[in-house]
Amino acid sequence: MSGGSLAEAIRGRSEPPRERLVRALILGAALLSVLTTAGIVAVLAGETVGFFREVGFAAFFLDTEWTPLFARARFGIWPLVAGTALTSAIALAVAVPVGVLAAIYLAEFAAPATRRFVKPALELLAGVPTVVYGYFALIFVTPLLQHLVPGLASFNALGAGIVMGLMIMPMVSSLGDDAIRAVPDALREGAMALGADRLTTVLRVVLPAARSGILAASILAVSRAIGETMIVTIAAGQQPRLTADPRVPVETMTAYIVQVSLGDTPAGSLAWRTIFAVAAMLFVSTLAMNLLGQRLARGARRQG
Amino acid sequence: MSTDLTLRGPERRRRERRQRAFVALAAAATFLPLAALAVLVGDVLVDGLGRLGWDFLTGFPSRHWDKAGILPALAGSAALMVLTAAFALPLGVGAAVYLEEYAEDTRLNRLIELNIANLAGVPSVIYGLLGLGVFVRALGLGRSLVAGAATLALLVLPIVILSAREALRTVPDSLREAALALGCTRHVTTWRVVLPQALPGVLTGAILAISRAIGETAPLVVVGALTYITFLPDGLDAPFTALPIQIFNWVGRPQKGFATDAAAAILVLLGTLLALNAGAILLRDRMERRRRP
Repeated sequence: MSGGSLAEAIRGRSEPPRERLVRALILGAALLSVLTTAGIVAVLAGETVGFFREVGFAAFFLDTEWTPLFARARFGIWPLVAGTALTSAIALAVAVPVGVLAAIYLAEFAAPATRRFVKPALELLAGVPTVVYGYFALIFVTPLLQHLVPGLASFNALGAGIVMGLMIMPMVSSLGDDAIRAVPDALREGAMALGADRLTTVLRVVLPAARSGILAASILAVSRAIGETMIVTIAAGQQPRLTADPRVPVETMTAYIVQVSLGDTPAGSLAWRTIFAVAAMLFVSTLAMNLLGQRLARGARRQG
Repeated sequence: MSTDLTLRGPERRRRERRQRAFVALAAAATFLPLAALAVLVGDVLVDGLGRLGWDFLTGFPSRHWDKAGILPALAGSAALMVLTAAFALPLGVGAAVYLEEYAEDTRLNRLIELNIANLAGVPSVIYGLLGLGVFVRALGLGRSLVAGAATLALLVLPIVILSAREALRTVPDSLREAALALGCTRHVTTWRVVLPQALPGVLTGAILAISRAIGETAPLVVVGALTYITFLPDGLDAPFTALPIQIFNWVGRPQKGFATDAAAAILVLLGTLLALNAGAILLRDRMERRRRP
């Protein structure tokens, strides 16, 4: 700090010490987020490496049974992956069609007053704690479904998946609504000038133009479904099972982590390390989905 | 020589019918989830309202469902709420100020932004494992209140940062320029001029983040919240429970009576969330009115 000319001061090069302190503090706060990611990777990777040293990749990826807490322990991840895939698929089968239809309604057909009321009301759905949805799935939805679906167990993928779809739907409708509204009016006017009616315009011109935004919304919904924990822990059961039958109890990757955390598995044991290996799988798959979804969403915005 | 292009007759009626049917379907898709939410709230009210009372709010857990109460869970949730806010608010607002007011478009800053966007999408149960690995074990905080709150703070930090940035972006540049022209330093400009203007938005985001934190279950289970606690937390290092944990524990019991307890506790949780959000809206309205008399 040799005096510092006015021009330098204006460019902010010679800041007084107090300014520099503030800058350093808030830069630290911003860097904490990077540290958080590094922490997640370090914790998961550390324990996962320890896990694979003892178990090996083949026993994890090539076995079809998951019984790490039994005396005769098996570590095949596929039953947990199947449970996660099944509940997520059911959730998406609810959330994507319903969410996209709602997005079309809100963006193209709803009166402004309806829109002003419905958008925040849908946000409420996303704000309900997941443990409450778990209660709803187990105590209300499953008994109701048992009247309709013969052979539906008290814990099952169907009820949990449907309720999870209800939770995720607002995300799809909100991002979908943004994507549809980003389609320039010129396209709508062009279609109508060519004689298309309103519905044809929406389905044949507007939706295809918004497809990457809608795809991005769906991919982010997949990520949310894979990572959802309490609904599936409460309502889908805790029985790792390689099945596509939505009527029987299954266990998701997230539910397994909760199950072990609730028990008295000693820290540092092999059984304890399994939750980090499972979490590492979960982290990598949700991260991949999020990056892909964000990329598509950015592309959609640039297009719009 | 004008041609009438208007559709007539059966084709026009067919198209109108098709459109009406589609709009009805799309409207149903929009309102059905809201109806489901109403059913959810109605179901919980029917199941739990009768159980709600002073004894339930001030009681301790019990093996008998009709004697159980939620006082330790309420105390735990309240303590978590205060601590989480104390950790997450300064850090989140600081990070937001850095990114909006100080940062230039460098690689490091782009990395920070990308990172925050990705953190917002990490499943909450993974934050639990982070808390378990870092706060509970590496830093030796144990399965304590402060470890739980620190975990929740990291979980909601992206929400605080993103909403605070939004709020800072709405402050017009002319205010910053005016302050700088009057000779204010950058941080005086930021803390005395820009932040007060952005405060309603910052606080609204903070309340949303806190609502998210007090509804979380999975990360606290992983960090090691207890499910059966017969005392109140008496310090930062005390073992703890929280309202969602208590609900989870009761939902998982086979005896029917505990489902009633769970429903009553859900009513308390939803009531708290509703109050927080209503508070956020009121606060914002009030501050905005004060700003523009």
